[in-house]
Amino acid sequence: MNWGSWQNFFAMGGYGLYVWGSYAVTLIVLIAEIVALTTRRRGVIAQLAKYYAARRRNDETKT
Amino acid sequence: MIRALGWVLRRDLLLAFRRRGDVVNALVFFVIVVSLFPLGVGPEASQLRNMAPGVLWVAALLACMLSLARLYAPDHQDGTLEQMLLAGEPLVVLVMGKVLAHWLMSGLPLVLIAPLLGLQFDLPGDALAVLCLSLLIGTPVLSLIGAVGAALTLGVRGSGVLVALLVLPLYVPVLIFGAGSVGAVATGTGAEAHLMLLGGFLALALVLAPWASAAALRIAME
Amino acid sequence: MSKKGRFSWYYFSSPQSFYPLAGTLQPWFAALAAVLCAVGLYISFFVAPTDAQQGESYRIIFIHVPAAWMSMFLYLVMGFWSGVGLVLNTRLSSMVATALAPTGALFTFIALWTGALWGKPTWGTWWVWDARLTSELILLFLYIGFMALQAAIDDQRRADKAGAVLALVGVINIPIIYFSVKWWSTLHQGASVSMTSAPTMAKTMLLGMLIMALGFWMYSIAATLARVRCVILERERHTDWVAAEIGGQT
Repeated sequence: MNWGSWQNFFAMGGYGLYVWGSYAVTLIVLIAEIVALTTRRRGVIAQLAKYYAARRRNDETKT
Repeated sequence: MIRALGWVLRRDLLLAFRRRGDVVNALVFFVIVVSLFPLGVGPEASQLRNMAPGVLWVAALLACMLSLARLYAPDHQDGTLEQMLLAGEPLVVLVMGKVLAHWLMSGLPLVLIAPLLGLQFDLPGDALAVLCLSLLIGTPVLSLIGAVGAALTLGVRGSGVLVALLVLPLYVPVLIFGAGSVGAVATGTGAEAHLMLLGGFLALALVLAPWASAAALRIAME
Repeated sequence: MSKKGRFSWYYFSSPQSFYPLAGTLQPWFAALAAVLCAVGLYISFFVAPTDAQQGESYRIIFIHVPAAWMSMFLYLVMGFWSGVGLVLNTRLSSMVATALAPTGALFTFIALWTGALWGKPTWGTWWVWDARLTSELILLFLYIGFMALQAAIDDQRRADKAGAVLALVGVINIPIIYFSVKWWSTLHQGASVSMTSAPTMAKTMLLGMLIMALGFWMYSIAATLARVRCVILERERHTDWVAAEIGGQT
């Protein structure tokens, strides 16, 4: 498939809105999931670190 | 086993009879929902006739679903359910009894009143007969599938909305063939195939649903 | 591992040993997904020819069909691990099932969205009650129901098992729902153009679709592994190994 020019490529034979709308939303959704997963992992680790620090402090005051 | 089934059935029917307001309310809900549609879309007879099967069936779905909250929740609250789990009888049998009682209290009244509402929509006689028949075969499936949803959401916060979310997508095949059978009469293609498939769903649900519902009850009561 | 050099499933069925394994495998699957998607996209846009009937608009199927495949496939996988978790009572299987649901729901959403955008130029409307689109919509409801049920139950064990029962009921129902909807849509004579059986399906089109599907598959594995790792940390916080993994560093 030879598009000739970038303009033709983006126009998609007049269906640019539909084709690029599909691909853009797919990309956005997948990136959103990746971002959500990394922030979740960071959040879990931060929360657990706090939890263990509190537990350690608690143990030290007891002994 | 039959004795246990009869015992549960009698007990649930007696309880429902003591609180007959609930049964009447579900029925009135069904009537009101169905009666609202002509007000929403206009009184033109031909249009109403086309819509009638779908409207009646969707309203039946909703009415059946609303009464699911009564299936296990009261017994769960007063501890009867725990006793049933401890009783020697197989749980599946007890579930069957409860589902049967639920259908007699929520499904059967809909079947009986549906022809009257069908008249509101100007349905011809043969379509009314098929409507009743399809509801008669289809509403037990609704009770059976609903029992699984009711058991899964037992004692969960926001269970009323949740049960709708779980159960309504599973009702889709029953809705399609239930409403389809009435529509098929109207177009003259005959309703036998639809009704037979509904019967097939009933058989499948009878085999699988009580078992799944019993499993879900055990999980909920652990 | 139980014996040297022998791969043991039981060894990796404990969250403690699966956690590092998932961490090692995850980047590989992610890289594989990126490469496959890049190749797939290249084929979709630069190798596959223009469709004689639909023009360039058909290029949407290169994500639509793989996304639809993945959405159904992931529900089956979710049902499988739910069943394993229910029967063998292994915690990790239930965690995997929980982790699969959001990714599956996302692919269902993508299939619906691209289906709507494909339908507009092809059928003239954004939404057609076509058998495939309708089934996808119901599948999305099933995914949402599964996630809502698990989110509503506080007790973790009960949430796992209740979700498993629901997933299995859903797996039994999906074929019934699909064939009901198909029957219904042929009866009401809706769409005449089917999305997958395009009349002139060139070999390169099929190849592009398959490679994109593989890419989505690898992506799903990578995303699920990442999510399982989060779930494991959250649920195993009271164990010593998680404390050592995280608490030891700070």
